Amino acid sequence: MRPRPMSPHASVYRFQYTMIGSLTHRMTGVGMSVGLLVLVAWLAAAAGGADAYAGTTAVLSSLVFKVLLALWLLAFCYHLFNGIRHLAWDLIYGFERREARRSFRMVVAAALILFAALAWLLFCRGGAAP
Amino acid sequence: MSLRTPLGRQLGLGSAHEGVHHWILQRATAVALVLLTIWFVLSIVRLPLADHAAITAWIAHGVNPVLLILLLVAAAWHSKLGVQVVIEDYVHGKHAKIALLLVSSFIHVLIAATAVLAVLRIAMRSVG
Ligand code: HEM
Repeated sequence: MRPRPMSPHASVYRFQYTMIGSLTHRMTGVGMSVGLLVLVAWLAAAAGGADAYAGTTAVLSSLVFKVLLALWLLAFCYHLFNGIRHLAWDLIYGFERREARRSFRMVVAAALILFAALAWLLFCRGGAAP
Repeated sequence: MSLRTPLGRQLGLGSAHEGVHHWILQRATAVALVLLTIWFVLSIVRLPLADHAAITAWIAHGVNPVLLILLLVAAAWHSKLGVQVVIEDYVHGKHAKIALLLVSSFIHVLIAATAVLAVLRIAMRSVG
């Protein structure tokens, strides 16, 4: 088979800081794809009865999973707001460089605020409270 | 009518206008996920996660099972489309790429089926 045409390799591009935004969107997306596995395992355990559920929550309340849970929450907050920014771009809104830079800062700020609120609810008041 | 050979189409090279379909589905699932994930995350952070009876009662309550199934199917679909793009971007060997795409598809279908079954089992039990 003939080799297919390829776009230039990414490393030829000068680094621009909008790249951080896209790369983070990708990392948080894939991270949540892994998180989805855990979410479904948790649901299946809940469907399996009280004993299966107790075993699973014991694992999920370990320190490792608490850290992972916090990371998934943070990933969700960023991916949510940056995803909305992507959807706005698709409507051809906010493409200008100044606007893109400004909306990136807004995404990061909104993500951090939402993360702080959700983490407080979950770890200080909610079901993962000590 | 398409002038492409069946083999050419099967290999998935060149334009089959698949990209547009993929792009629209990725956006459509994203829009649905905005609402569904906010609802879900805001609910879950306030629930007593160690309490099996309370969790299953919440899952079975009112419209929750319907929203949960929509959320999980949309998330699995969006995730399948997203991971596909990542594999297509980073894996260059043809066989490795096809194998990984297959594995990813299988896992995502398994995720969706397992999730729907779990929610249904919990919802049915509380009815019956
Ligand atoms: C909360 C609502 C969500 C919104 C608004 C959203 C939005 C988006 C958008 C617009 C894209 C396309 C980005 C692009 O074309 O570069 C995308 C990619 C992606 N999303 Fe989401 N998403 C959401 C939730 C999720 C969830 C729950 C998962 C995982 C289970 C996920 C996993 C992914 C993955 C893996 C990609 C591909 C990343 C890439 O190609 O670089 N997303 N998302």
